[in-house]
Amino acid sequence: MNYKMIVYTLGWVLKIEAASMVIPLVCSLCYKETKDVFMFLLCMALCVIFGSVFSAVKPKNKAMYAKEGFVTVAFSWIMMSLFGALPFYLSGAIPNFIDAFFETVSGFTTTGASILTDVEALSKGMLMWRSLTHWIGGMGVLVFLMAILPLSGNGNLFLLRAESPGPSVSKLVPKIKSTAKILYGIYIAFTALQIMLMFFGGMSLFDSITLSFGTAGTGGFGTRNSSIAEYSPYIQYVITVFMILFGVDFSLYHALFFGERKALLKSEELRAYFGIILLSIAAIFINSRGVFATAEEAFRHISFSVGSIMTTTGYATTDFNLWPEFSKVILVLLMFVGACAGSTGGGIKVSRMIILFKSIAKEIRTSAHPRTTLKIKMNGRTVEHETVRGVNVFMASYVVIFFVAMLLISLDNFDFTTNFTAIAATINNIGPGLNMVGPTGNFSAFSGLSKVVMSFCMLIGRLEIFPMLLLFSPYTWKK
Amino acid sequence: MNIIIVGCGKVGYKLIEQLSYEEEHDITIIDTKDEVVQGAVNDYDIMGVAGSATDIDTLNEAGIDKADVLITVAGSDELNLMICLMAKKLNKNCQTIARVRKPEYFKAINLIKEELGLALVINPELTVASEIARVLRFPSAIKIDTFAKGRIEILKFEVPKGNVLDGMKLSDMPSKIGTHVLVCGVERGEEAFIPSGNFEIKAGDLISIVASINDVSHFFKKIGNRTNRVKDALIVGGGDTAYYLANMLIQSGINVKIIEQKQERCEELFHLLPKATITHGDGTDNKLLMEEGLAEFDSFISLTNIDEENVLLSLYAKSQTNGKIVTKINRIEYGNVIGELQLGTTIYPKNITAEYIVRFVRAKKNSLGSNIETMHFILDGKAEALEFRIKEGSPISNKKLLDLELKENILIASINRGGKPIIPRGQDMILAGDTVIVVTLKEGFKDISDILR
Repeated sequence: MNYKMIVYTLGWVLKIEAASMVIPLVCSLCYKETKDVFMFLLCMALCVIFGSVFSAVKPKNKAMYAKEGFVTVAFSWIMMSLFGALPFYLSGAIPNFIDAFFETVSGFTTTGASILTDVEALSKGMLMWRSLTHWIGGMGVLVFLMAILPLSGNGNLFLLRAESPGPSVSKLVPKIKSTAKILYGIYIAFTALQIMLMFFGGMSLFDSITLSFGTAGTGGFGTRNSSIAEYSPYIQYVITVFMILFGVDFSLYHALFFGERKALLKSEELRAYFGIILLSIAAIFINSRGVFATAEEAFRHISFSVGSIMTTTGYATTDFNLWPEFSKVILVLLMFVGACAGSTGGGIKVSRMIILFKSIAKEIRTSAHPRTTLKIKMNGRTVEHETVRGVNVFMASYVVIFFVAMLLISLDNFDFTTNFTAIAATINNIGPGLNMVGPTGNFSAFSGLSKVVMSFCMLIGRLEIFPMLLLFSPYTWKK
Repeated sequence: MNIIIVGCGKVGYKLIEQLSYEEEHDITIIDTKDEVVQGAVNDYDIMGVAGSATDIDTLNEAGIDKADVLITVAGSDELNLMICLMAKKLNKNCQTIARVRKPEYFKAINLIKEELGLALVINPELTVASEIARVLRFPSAIKIDTFAKGRIEILKFEVPKGNVLDGMKLSDMPSKIGTHVLVCGVERGEEAFIPSGNFEIKAGDLISIVASINDVSHFFKKIGNRTNRVKDALIVGGGDTAYYLANMLIQSGINVKIIEQKQERCEELFHLLPKATITHGDGTDNKLLMEEGLAEFDSFISLTNIDEENVLLSLYAKSQTNGKIVTKINRIEYGNVIGELQLGTTIYPKNITAEYIVRFVRAKKNSLGSNIETMHFILDGKAEALEFRIKEGSPISNKKLLDLELKENILIASINRGGKPIIPRGQDMILAGDTVIVVTLKEGFKDISDILR
């Protein structure tokens, strides 16, 4: 284990975090929130001091392997969340540190689950920081680090793999640095486009920026207690479209903009993704007749909710707790499906679902005809056995973690739907669940233990299980 | 540059290693084995495509349309040529480099090269054979690299115990020995460095010198090393390398005996090399070797396909004869360990192949200013010797060498003007039209201006 390199990288992560606090700092300055300006400066100083200490010595041996990659990513995210919680905690906006940690983890993991009962009471600077954590967490801070730093020569691929979601992560172009730059380039361009569309649609600049950050990272923190419900239909449609766009595999955008358009048509995941969204909208539309006043309103709210849950964003324009049971179950199922691999969204991911269903079909066919040669194919090419195995193990671990976590939070004695959807909403990085944790509720009533458990669920969900599990496995630390 | 490498064997790996040092290359590799591709992608910052490169989809996926260079080092010649042909048809601007090793293809290589539009053809066996032939011409040397179209050499040799050079300071060399020779590199144990004037030579050091061919023999006479070329050669293993080598040696009047295990191949060689003596037998049998007169030969070359056999054979030969010993080693990973055995000259075909291609790729990039004419890895691969052609308006021309602010660990080893080498002194100037040999411990120099601070 190359400890020196891990610590060095962590140092840089902290420095990046300090740099990112410039945005809420400027925001606080604009709104003349003197106390917050001071708080952000203090937190930046802390990050810079620790970051500089960690990255003081440039290690000679820069080699990073899979193990180092996983551990670095897991540590980075925990540490980012600890330091990211400081502005909330020190300024007194969230007086309890566990609450502040939960809120920050929820931000960085792009979950959007909140313990705040009154969001509007927060200062503008704090709201900006809260939304910015979504944007940073969406694409990942280590990916950003790779885009700007010549970190190490060859081990970076393991960092990218550990931080980016999906069953098999690969580069877009030969150089990892260029890959990271392209990913962030697309990310920034889309975010900027959304900010402009919302700003020219009559929204305030502050709301345009914060809500775009929340959409881009598929996070879900709003700036109002009612989430998106109070905004105009135009804004709601813009957010719907962008939520769905940010749930698409970013490598497909690269293919779209730089030739290779065929890849888009070939992508089974993309077809399945849009297929599921359209089908769900149609099913809920039929099932929920009578809930909405007009067909337009029904279409708007349903497509918004389906997009929001499927991409694991978690914004709400309406309280879907009041929808018929069938519609609610569809939403819960969408929570598990999640967005596409290689997007900013969470969940199990559409491509994993496709591989799972194809494995089942394969198993059935080989049971009937044991001698048939069968391989799982996706996008016209064979899926490697390693990938299939990875998906199966992922699912098994996912289920185990899900139920262990549910068992732990059930100590708080809330009802089954609340417990089940609270874990589903955190492990899939969505935000709102049903009943008590529905779009109008929040997570503040849970005990400290449950909040810590759910914080880890969020991290496990965002980093796709194994980096976090590896951190706690004694084998990782053995020579 | 966008580079595609087809085939990820030892040479492929070596190429990736060398080329990925240079930041600006975007490298994509193609190999049929998925796990090989995965391994390479994990080790280096490159992209990998698993599949057959003769499949047009694979080539497209690897980005043939944007490729500047395609290098094929796959298993067979036919495959390599086929892939190069397809690549050239898909992208006219892509330079193709193929490894072709069969002698019968190589006979018609100009025809093939022209017809397929190949930029470079590399025949590892032929290259290896010429490198061995060069060393046999000058048995005191462990390694010889030539520059300036063969007029200048960088030559590596070991300083024997009790030699005049033992304990001599470099600054005293001109007065004590009085020849036009410059020491450009020293290997002592694991270390390799470019020595300064007050460096003291010790016995056991491996010294690399730059000089013209005449000056080299003069120098060696002065220090009392043997300078005469070998008269006869015993080769064990009758593969393609042995064939090419024997051909070259016979042409320069050297007596050649080849020991080969397979009867069929012996007969083939007999027809191909009428002037050589072909012996059928197991070259690893020491009785046979003695019977064939190993002790009387003044050079011994082990060219079997098994590294372990070659090492053992050479160790045995070393105990029996004072002649020159050359060992071919295929596996490059154990270079350090084998170096410690002091086998004399060891030849790594994979390194030579990679070096040849890297040199081409690096030289191709330079179109303005000065150009790389020749490039060799020296000092056990720890340093590079580059020959640049100086064009009009180069930042280093028409200035006294004293006034140039060079980077660390760089030596201007020779200035070649009008076919004559000049050993550079502080007052000398580099002029346009010269070629300059630069020795550096850094990698990736592309232009002569890179040597400046």
